[in-house]
Amino acid sequence: MSSQTQQAGGAAPTTASAPAPRRRRRGGRARWTGWLFVAPALLVYAVFVLRPMVVSVQYSLYDWDGVGASTYVGLKNYSRLFTDSVLSHSILNAFKLIVFFSAVPVLLGLLIATSIRAIAASRLAVVARTVLFLPQVIPLVAAGIVWSWLLSSTGFVNQVLGWVGLGGVTRAWLGDFTFALPAVGVIGAWVLLGLCTLLLLAGMTKIDPSLYEAARLDGAGAVREFVSITLPALRQEIGVCVTVTVIAALASFDIIYISTQGGPGNSSMVPGLEIFYLAFTERQVGQASALGVALMLLVLACVLPVQWLTKERDE
Amino acid sequence: MGRRRAPSQGRRWRLGAVAVLSLALTAACGGPGSDSSSDAAPSSAAGGASGGATSTVGAASATPSCGTAPVTMSGYFETGFPLPKALTDEFTKQFPNVTWDIREDQFAVITQNAPRTLADNAPDLMRLPQMSELAKDKLLLDLDDYAKAFGWDQWPASQLEQLRVSDDGSRGSGPLYANGLNFSMTGIFYNKKLAAQIGMTEAPKTLADFDALLGKAKAAGITPIAQFNGGATGGFAFPLQNLMAAYGPAGPINDWIFNKQGATIDTDTNKQAAQHLQGWIKSGYFAKDVNSMDYAAMMSRFIGGKSLFIFDGDWESGNLDKQMAGNVGFFLMPPVQAGGKQAAMSAPLTYGIGAKAKHPDCAAFFLNWVATNDKARTIDVEVGGSHPMGPADAFMPPVKEGTVTAATLEAGAKIGQDNGAMDFIANATGAIYAKSWTPNLQKMVGGQQTGDGMLAAVQKDYQSQLKR
Repeated sequence: MSSQTQQAGGAAPTTASAPAPRRRRRGGRARWTGWLFVAPALLVYAVFVLRPMVVSVQYSLYDWDGVGASTYVGLKNYSRLFTDSVLSHSILNAFKLIVFFSAVPVLLGLLIATSIRAIAASRLAVVARTVLFLPQVIPLVAAGIVWSWLLSSTGFVNQVLGWVGLGGVTRAWLGDFTFALPAVGVIGAWVLLGLCTLLLLAGMTKIDPSLYEAARLDGAGAVREFVSITLPALRQEIGVCVTVTVIAALASFDIIYISTQGGPGNSSMVPGLEIFYLAFTERQVGQASALGVALMLLVLACVLPVQWLTKERDE
Repeated sequence: MGRRRAPSQGRRWRLGAVAVLSLALTAACGGPGSDSSSDAAPSSAAGGASGGATSTVGAASATPSCGTAPVTMSGYFETGFPLPKALTDEFTKQFPNVTWDIREDQFAVITQNAPRTLADNAPDLMRLPQMSELAKDKLLLDLDDYAKAFGWDQWPASQLEQLRVSDDGSRGSGPLYANGLNFSMTGIFYNKKLAAQIGMTEAPKTLADFDALLGKAKAAGITPIAQFNGGATGGFAFPLQNLMAAYGPAGPINDWIFNKQGATIDTDTNKQAAQHLQGWIKSGYFAKDVNSMDYAAMMSRFIGGKSLFIFDGDWESGNLDKQMAGNVGFFLMPPVQAGGKQAAMSAPLTYGIGAKAKHPDCAAFFLNWVATNDKARTIDVEVGGSHPMGPADAFMPPVKEGTVTAATLEAGAKIGQDNGAMDFIANATGAIYAKSWTPNLQKMVGGQQTGDGMLAAVQKDYQSQLKR
């Protein structure tokens, strides 16, 4: 290969007068050198990212306890995803979490970002931004622990409900069959709201102020401004927010592991946690891999359309 | 030429990329766990096992020991329990050539890590979770030769029965794969001050007496039972199994836990027990938030005087004697008929030796020392709060009258008399606790499962987990 490269280099002067081929050769050589530079990173990526993915697909075709001999079972692990009610229920729960992890932070984020933009110059905006972004710098595990206290039967949430005369609705939120999943969703919404708000706020700063001025001259109110100017201009940012939060919802693990561990009675079980249980508690590495692969495909199926819909199409 | 060269260059870098990728992905050939070096656990573990056995056989003439040369023993223990550390410290005092390199994790983490840890980096001594799958995968050392050399086979057979695993993975018979640091037992702790408030002066004699006490506590505005049942560890398995012990014999329950062919948990007496538990739930005898209560919360409520009873094990005796000195009592689950036989969950604090452990002789010597050394047995009782393993007539340290430790040790003797020791129903398979008992018990609290339905569901999961 190196001799070929030399030959190509040696041939260059003779064809110096022909610009097109030379460009191609130089381009080819540069590309080749480029790949050399990329190779170490590519190798690391292949070993630590691509290989585990391929190996997961391979494992998903086997019945294997992680240590002993394995048995090839074809697509049986995949078909179980549809027939085992616990597994399919966990996937359904992940979709329910999208409402909390994605819809709430994005909608609320839009509202808050618009309000903050209106008071952009004041110190209050800086404080609001910082406070809202704070959950993002707290480890999810810590957030889960703190919220577990807040939502416990004698926790702050129930105390507040008692103070405002709603003592009748107090309960151990994370131990309740109806409310455990929404309670976990609230924690997720709290964590992701700051990120969405900040992303949307950043997006708003690039909108030309003269657009708002023109709209106002035309007699547009705040709602019309928001719908006709802010929202279309933020398409890409909203796309990023939705993508990130949908992935967080479908692949959620840490908050749920800390706050409910999937309980009570599997009512807050999600695929991420189920994969963990299958692999490490039930020792069904094949089944865990199948659910992992299915989850990856599910995430792609949800995220790719969002990417396509929110892509900038200036051309 | 240009035309020909361009595609060849393209091919070249594509080839490069393919080479890199294929290099990275080569390991994906062949079934997992069958041949590649990192997955060769079964064969190498088997080798390790035979190696360990050879060293034992070799040592059969001279009893295995830690020798006199410096040894660093690796240990993998459960965090939050001071007993093993206290024992290893005392061992080093008596045998200064032995030092310990100890890693500690929560029990749930040990459960999840056990197979890989034992396959890749086997410790000399390890706190074990349910062990039949580990033994089946040849990750644990067969201790039968040590048992012979040290005379463990002369101990009461029931002490080590739970630690024997036969080739098909069922427990109760077959080679010995672990030993215990002591054997613990569960029953009911009560707060003496709260008990006095409802006129309880002695332990209930029958289940009906106990029911009456629960009713009285509820009527007096005292939470009768604070029991953990949140997360992946359903603590309602404790009262459930105690009720099973009240209604029926321990044997069939042990058969089920030991995976004997044809065993079922869905029996008539167990149904009565599960229905009784359901009755307690419906009567409001448990704290309202049990489904989000973890073990630590249960302990802090009980110690804080916020509930009359908890179902728990004697491993808390030492702790409760310190924190609630003079204010805590213990009794075994009362039988249905007065004077009937009593049974309880009672299991060795299981420790095993990795099949690939570096110092199996020294680890076995340590386990023997724990059961036979007077100082170690004293630590077992005072720090561990439970009965030491070992011969029936072995030394027992004096225990202060009136302490809960004295009460639990006495209860242990009663269980021995009645031959009522059972393993924990959560130990039937590696996954039955987190994936079957816990969700079903939580559903029962939420009114989404009946006693009968729970037993049927658990039996179904049991069979699928055992692939029967």
